[in-house]
Amino acid sequence: MFIIRSNDIGQNSGISPSEITSQEVFQSRRRFLQGGAALAVGSGLGITSMLATQKVGHAAAKFSNLIKSPFNTDETQTPYKDVTTYNNFYEFGTSKASPAGMAKNFKAEPWAIAVTGEVEKPLTLDMEDILKRYTMEERIYRLRCVEAWSMVVPWVGFPLASLIRDLKPTSKAKYVAFRTLHDPKRMTGQKTSLFGSGLDWPYREGLRMDEAMNPLAILAVGLYGEVLPNQNGAPIRLVVPWKYGFKSIKSIVSIEFIEKQPETTWEKLAPKEYGFYANVNPEVDHPRWSQARERRLGEFRKRKTLMFNGYEEQVAGMYKGLDMKKFF
Amino acid sequence: MTNRQITFTKISVFFLALVPFSLLLLRAWNNELGANPIEAITDMTGIWTIRFLAITLAITPLRRLTGQVIFIRFRRMLGLFTFFYASLHFLTYVWLDQYFDWPFIVKDIAEHPYIIVGFTTFLILLGMAVTSPRFMVRKIGKNWKRLHRLIYPAAFLASLHFIWLVKSDIREPLLYFVLFTVLMLLRLPSVQQKTPLVSNWFRSVKI
Repeated sequence: MFIIRSNDIGQNSGISPSEITSQEVFQSRRRFLQGGAALAVGSGLGITSMLATQKVGHAAAKFSNLIKSPFNTDETQTPYKDVTTYNNFYEFGTSKASPAGMAKNFKAEPWAIAVTGEVEKPLTLDMEDILKRYTMEERIYRLRCVEAWSMVVPWVGFPLASLIRDLKPTSKAKYVAFRTLHDPKRMTGQKTSLFGSGLDWPYREGLRMDEAMNPLAILAVGLYGEVLPNQNGAPIRLVVPWKYGFKSIKSIVSIEFIEKQPETTWEKLAPKEYGFYANVNPEVDHPRWSQARERRLGEFRKRKTLMFNGYEEQVAGMYKGLDMKKFF
Repeated sequence: MTNRQITFTKISVFFLALVPFSLLLLRAWNNELGANPIEAITDMTGIWTIRFLAITLAITPLRRLTGQVIFIRFRRMLGLFTFFYASLHFLTYVWLDQYFDWPFIVKDIAEHPYIIVGFTTFLILLGMAVTSPRFMVRKIGKNWKRLHRLIYPAAFLASLHFIWLVKSDIREPLLYFVLFTVLMLLRLPSVQQKTPLVSNWFRSVKI
């Protein structure tokens, strides 16, 4: 079972450790292999495809034997360079270019996640154990930002539902609340100033229980077959592809099961602009800009935004009878 | 300054004002505009419009503070460069960003305040640019000054446009808002009386 730090937990939950390569990944993270040459770059379109030809040196450990998911899109993947240099991660600066630089020296290990609230036994998850325990899959998802741009990212991760089942939430658990690390020394964008990023730390997000259990929802630990770069939310982040990107919280240190809908960062900052649900919806505009279309990075013409970012089939059922104009 | 020196300085300022545009072209040519080049072009042309607005608005207070009338000779050119960058910004939106999807553009302008505000700013600058030639000044007469006072609301509309499009970090747009406010305050007669003579010193310097 998981390494237990604060609380005790039963020895055997009846889950056998899966036979995966995460062990190797974990160990090699420390060695920092020079893996820069193996750049798996999709044949991007337009202006950005040329960018991908520039040399990018990056060192990261690799995952292998990833399970292919039936949810994978076969759309052109956004080049690795773009995925890792165009980030909204205010913990490392508010411009999209800044996280790649500001997160460079961030140490994502050791890493632990506190599990609290309505669970049989609160505990602390250790990142090493998560990597060992869960079978990693490749999930190639569209990512639609609330700012009306999008990309296609080949994530490495595992279903959030698998973890939740293991954690055994009680019947009172109606929502799952997540928190990002709050440590201004390591995440320098969190340092307080008179006029800061505008966000209230730590970054918080949440899902309804059925949303969290949806097979599309994953915890990602990598992308492009490699360990998650710091600027993309290392070492572990949520990915909920039918929602705007800000729901997919990065660098998670806390998972709390609760009865009431949790307060979330962007909703708290501007409740008229960002809702708890934040489902991708071309028919409900952001008060300040249109959500009808989006720019897929690497493409010249804008494309139409799809309902639930194209995952209607998998998720629409959860929102039957919900007024999406009111609960945006 | 002799006329020749003025001409030389004007030419220098002209090429200096083209530096941001040249850098933009250079970065585009070298594919250094990042993952979202259209957004980068939009941002760069927008920010330089605001910067040139500030530079243009600084001319009159600068003249007053220094007592050097010569500054006025550069005001029209700087104003036209403001319009130049605003046009690039507008063109980027209409062409690169929306790709001449007129029904969508009209809807976008009508429905979204920050675009209405940006578009209004552009129309003001357009009006000022077409009335900038000397013969137009003569033709319009006393209303010319009235028309060109629209640069004051234009500056505030431009910074409002900037504030409204930002998600949460309003530090940079706020900086320009404050700068414009200072430039306006320097025009108030009561303020001018209190800052009389930095110019005494400058007057003693012969430019």
